Amino acid sequence: MSEPILVLKDLRTVFHTARGSFTAVDGVNLELFPGEVLGLVGESGSGKSVTLRSILRLVRPPGTVSGEVRWQGRNLLTLSEPQMRKVRGREISMIFQEPMTALNPVLPIGEQIAETLREHTDLSGKSIQARAVELLELVGIPSPRERLRDYPHQFSGGMRQRAMIAIALASNPKLLLADEPTTALDVTIQDQILKLLLRLKDTLGMSVILVTHDLGVVAQTCERVAVMYAGRIVEVAPAIELFAQPRHAYTLGLLNSVPGAGSTRRPLLQIPGAPPDLAALPPGCPFAPRCAFTTAECVATRPSLTAISNTRLTACIHQDKLTKTGEVAW
Amino acid sequence: MATPAVIVPKPKAARRRLKPSLVAGMVIIGIFVLMALFPKLIAPYSPTAFDYQAILQGPTAKHLFGTDNFGRDVFSRVVWGAQLDMQIALFTTLFPFLFGTLIGSLTGYYGRWADALFGRIVDIVVTFPFLVLVIAIVAVLGPGLKNMYIAVSAVGWITYGRLLRAEVLNQKKAEYALAGRVMGYTSSRIIFRHLLPNAITPAIVYWMTDMALGILLGSSLGYLGLGAQPPTAEWGVLIADGKNFLATAWWISTFPGLAITLAGVGFSLLGDGLADLLRPRE
Repeated sequence: MSEPILVLKDLRTVFHTARGSFTAVDGVNLELFPGEVLGLVGESGSGKSVTLRSILRLVRPPGTVSGEVRWQGRNLLTLSEPQMRKVRGREISMIFQEPMTALNPVLPIGEQIAETLREHTDLSGKSIQARAVELLELVGIPSPRERLRDYPHQFSGGMRQRAMIAIALASNPKLLLADEPTTALDVTIQDQILKLLLRLKDTLGMSVILVTHDLGVVAQTCERVAVMYAGRIVEVAPAIELFAQPRHAYTLGLLNSVPGAGSTRRPLLQIPGAPPDLAALPPGCPFAPRCAFTTAECVATRPSLTAISNTRLTACIHQDKLTKTGEVAW
Repeated sequence: MATPAVIVPKPKAARRRLKPSLVAGMVIIGIFVLMALFPKLIAPYSPTAFDYQAILQGPTAKHLFGTDNFGRDVFSRVVWGAQLDMQIALFTTLFPFLFGTLIGSLTGYYGRWADALFGRIVDIVVTFPFLVLVIAIVAVLGPGLKNMYIAVSAVGWITYGRLLRAEVLNQKKAEYALAGRVMGYTSSRIIFRHLLPNAITPAIVYWMTDMALGILLGSSLGYLGLGAQPPTAEWGVLIADGKNFLATAWWISTFPGLAITLAGVGFSLLGDGLADLLRPRE
């Protein structure tokens, strides 16, 4: 396998507030390879979005980020702010969940694309216009030349997300961080946007980190999946293997709580309880209080993420006892 | 047989109809601005020319608004007063608008200590009644227009600062602000190019109202002898001039008073219309 393009080493994001310190991202280690689509899944509040924002250093005070974000040989966390601005939007781009608010309502779409082009490329004048048209065409917006002068409110939700993608891709980034890009869209548009992202990934040779809580989206798009819980990565596996046999009790719980289209009907199993308070994590496995497999060992010590095969990592003591049906196999 | 499809030409992109209030406001303020710019063309007499042959005359064709106790033509004085009062409207609000917008945007965006400091200044200023504070400052600096501008500006920017701060705080949460950072834009570009145009509408609308308040304030201070000094034609001064003759020559105070009222209404209509025009479309 080739060298990873992005390496997160012990990434830790803590929000210091009056009510205590909340560790939103707790020692995340992760590698991303060129041309790969990595899914980052987990419940709301598990630290997926904060992880993405930490990579680009978008976390505002009182949040602090420590550890290492190694991007093409440089640690992004130690770059100066002007150097960081050259990385943002040029080498690494990001798209958001809410296409309704992610575009500036008072500027025409074309102007918003042009602004990025002026900032990050050497293009000027006519060639900026040409490139903007090209980008809108690339993301599948019909009659792009006419749409350049349109304002965001004249675009539908799906088209805004396309426009957002066009802006994010304006300077040919090597990595696209997609923060739940399809959550706010209806299902048919979701599918179009995901296909678009995959197609663009191939044509432009990007890597993508796709944050989502929709396992269907993961199955459809991602090559590898990292599962987050309470700010940590609890399992990393190729998507196919993960869906075939989860190796973390939490992943199993997630899979059991999703209805499978076409499969035999069975009751949906919810994961009981709620995610833990990030300011007061239990000493053992953070999932232990909600887990059906919990033993004394789980509560006593916190399992770390360890390799169980060439391609898989898990932080579950009972990883070999899990079966697809959610029954304990002992 | 199917009838051939009739191709209906698409109506031209519907232009937004201007609201009547905006048009009315523009007309009223437009007239006052014309008076302010070309008083010589509009006023039949000099505002300070005495005419002892025509003292305290009621409105006639010759003297549209009558004459005062020195025989000065009240209509001419109201027209010349427009020049000064439009100037007052602008100068008592322009600096507060600009400075308050700047400070409000910065504190709203950066927050933390700048915001805390701004909050304390606001707390201090709002404790005092506006007029009392302005009069106190003018009393220290001495009466006159320039000192009045200084006094009003020193206090008035606070309101704009608060408006902008609140609105920028609000806009900052929208993802396009975050998107700007993701795109590697500088903070100043995000604040002034992206957030400010989205946040400034309430301040512009308030500015219009504030101009009306500025005229009232200028007139009040003129009336009290702290603003424009007689024999300058200023609406507040004109009202003060006529107050001793209210029972016998009502026109001396009434017409400048109507001018103040009309200007106030004009600015309010303008603000109302602008609020509608600048409202973000969804």
